[in-house]
Amino acid sequence: MSFLQRLKPEFWDYHDVASGPYRHLFNFRRIWYLSVLLTAGVAFIPVCFLAAIDYQVTQKAIESENVSRTSRLVSNTRRTLSFLLLERRFALQFLVRDNPLAALTAEGRLSEVLKNLQESFGGFTDLGVVDIQGRQIAYSGPYDLQDLDYSRQKWFAEVMDQGRYTSDVFLGYRQSPHLVIAVKHQPPDGPSFVLRATLEAERFHRELLPLEPGVGGDLFIVNRSGVLQTPSRNFGKIFDKVPLPAPEYAATTQVFETKSPGGEKLLIGYAYIAETPFILMVVKKKEDLMRPWYKARLQLITYLVISITSILIVVLAVSTYLVSKIHTADQRRVAALHQVEYANKMASIGRLAAGVAHEINNPLAIINEKAGLVKDLLQQENIEATRSKLLAQTDSILASVKRCATIIRRLLNFARQTDSTFEPIELKSIIENVMGFLGKEAQYRGISIIIDMAPDIPPFKSDRGKLEQIFLNLVNNAFAALNDGGHLTFEGRKISEERVQIAVIDDGCGIPPEDIKRVFEPFFSTRTKQGGTGLGLSITYGLVQEIGGAISLESRPGKGTRFIITLPLNPDRKKNGNNSRVVG
Amino acid sequence: METIRVLLVDDEEDLVATLAERLGLRGIDAEWVTTCEAAFDMLQHKEFHVAVLDIKLPRMSGLTLKRKMESIAPGMKFIFMTGHGSEKDFEEGTAEAGASYYLLKPVDIESLADRIREMV
Repeated sequence: MSFLQRLKPEFWDYHDVASGPYRHLFNFRRIWYLSVLLTAGVAFIPVCFLAAIDYQVTQKAIESENVSRTSRLVSNTRRTLSFLLLERRFALQFLVRDNPLAALTAEGRLSEVLKNLQESFGGFTDLGVVDIQGRQIAYSGPYDLQDLDYSRQKWFAEVMDQGRYTSDVFLGYRQSPHLVIAVKHQPPDGPSFVLRATLEAERFHRELLPLEPGVGGDLFIVNRSGVLQTPSRNFGKIFDKVPLPAPEYAATTQVFETKSPGGEKLLIGYAYIAETPFILMVVKKKEDLMRPWYKARLQLITYLVISITSILIVVLAVSTYLVSKIHTADQRRVAALHQVEYANKMASIGRLAAGVAHEINNPLAIINEKAGLVKDLLQQENIEATRSKLLAQTDSILASVKRCATIIRRLLNFARQTDSTFEPIELKSIIENVMGFLGKEAQYRGISIIIDMAPDIPPFKSDRGKLEQIFLNLVNNAFAALNDGGHLTFEGRKISEERVQIAVIDDGCGIPPEDIKRVFEPFFSTRTKQGGTGLGLSITYGLVQEIGGAISLESRPGKGTRFIITLPLNPDRKKNGNNSRVVG
Repeated sequence: METIRVLLVDDEEDLVATLAERLGLRGIDAEWVTTCEAAFDMLQHKEFHVAVLDIKLPRMSGLTLKRKMESIAPGMKFIFMTGHGSEKDFEEGTAEAGASYYLLKPVDIESLADRIREMV
């Protein structure tokens, strides 16, 4: 026996064929399916609904948290960088206002200022004063740039025009990444001049280094053409062009999603640093950002799977247990009904006993008289003369004994409780057999019995015992309804190649219309006072179903009742054999 | 002494015929019929001292038959026979029969003959 078969509950393959009009109530597999579907549905729908909502909410929360964290990081860094540059520019502006040109170009003064700047602000590499013609008239720093002519350079034109200038990061003559901050001063009493300072780009990088953009994240500065101004982790060295679209100008911090050239989803935060060509960018891989979400999601799904599995196990176990209990109760009910059916049969036999006793008593009385006559004859002197008469008496005695034996055999056959056995039967002989028990009663009550079987009904296979009980129950019923001198008719005809129909018709008191629907219900009886159990017709209904037939009735109060039984001429034995009788 | 004439009514022909023959052997002149109609017919032609009736007869009970026969032939005596030995039948039978007798089948021929003789 396989594991699955061992798990299969007893009711799974059970088919109750004798449940009559309430058969659908006893389809236990169906009950089980319904119970499982309903309870599982009621349990699963809220669980899955909540899980789906939680899934959405958590995902959205984590995404929004990522956006706001990125945005915060960009804003803060922008502020730092912006301050770094502004602070130095303001320092230069202060210098040009505080020191007249002559003072700045005086011997040693510029070196002193540079030294002070380096010690107080830091990050300054050199310092130069450029006159209005673009010539560097004073210089302090590690390179020899005295008297260098900047007049044709772009930055000089811009500082002369705008009054201040911040350059991109570039290599320049010195071959080291740096940037230039220049401010122009227009003293009221002298010619304009420009103070030009260079800052190590390294300083930028140092500002960015301690900021942690998160696992796998990248924090760097690009110019407006998308060229890296600081080294990046994932997008190349300084002066490389980042393989990402240049972010559109926005006055505030922006966060957007895009895809890397490799197809990875990226979350990009950026901000334009005011009055500089710089754009601060934070690039994070979405996959890294969503890692906590994947963990939460896995937990959620695990929880859901465990919940559903445990609910399913409980639902299956409870449904199976309950349906098994119902099935067991039903089995008991069926067993009880079988007992009752058997009792009904015994009761019918009891009712028949009077008739049978009479039937047997009559031949016994004949035997008694014949034997008595034989004795009388033997006591006469002329035995030879009476020899033939004696023989006739013994023949008559033997015939009467045979008659008794037939009656007894018929009764025994009827009483014997056997498994349903399908054998070839002839309807007429079965009805005559049943009427053999009740014929005397009919005779005494003057009830006419008419058996009208169409000659084209072939002998067919059916259950003789069940058919006898069916007819006996119907005849008992009819006798109860009939007045003395009534008529009981059996009409049989073939209605198709597969089916034969037998009508049991009486012209008795009939059944009121309100009772017609209930006559096949167990314990429905209008004759409880006369000893009716209300089981006869219910049992008859079950028996007809068991042999694959159907029973219906028509009745008119005062006119009579017609029970119509339809039987299969070729019954499917298997279909009807699942619930064979076990009692007896 | 006049021969005693008895009418036997029972639906079992074999039984009544043999019973009649045996009563004949005992000097009682017995006629037999198997239906109520035949019994009435017989009463039209002959006179009987005693009628022996089966309690259960087709279409008419023995008791009803007795009442009808009494109206045709007053003074006739009756003996009932029955295969049913229930107390109810016995009480009914004896009450109805009055001075008559009530016998259970199978009938003992000697006691039946004695009863008949006693009654006449």
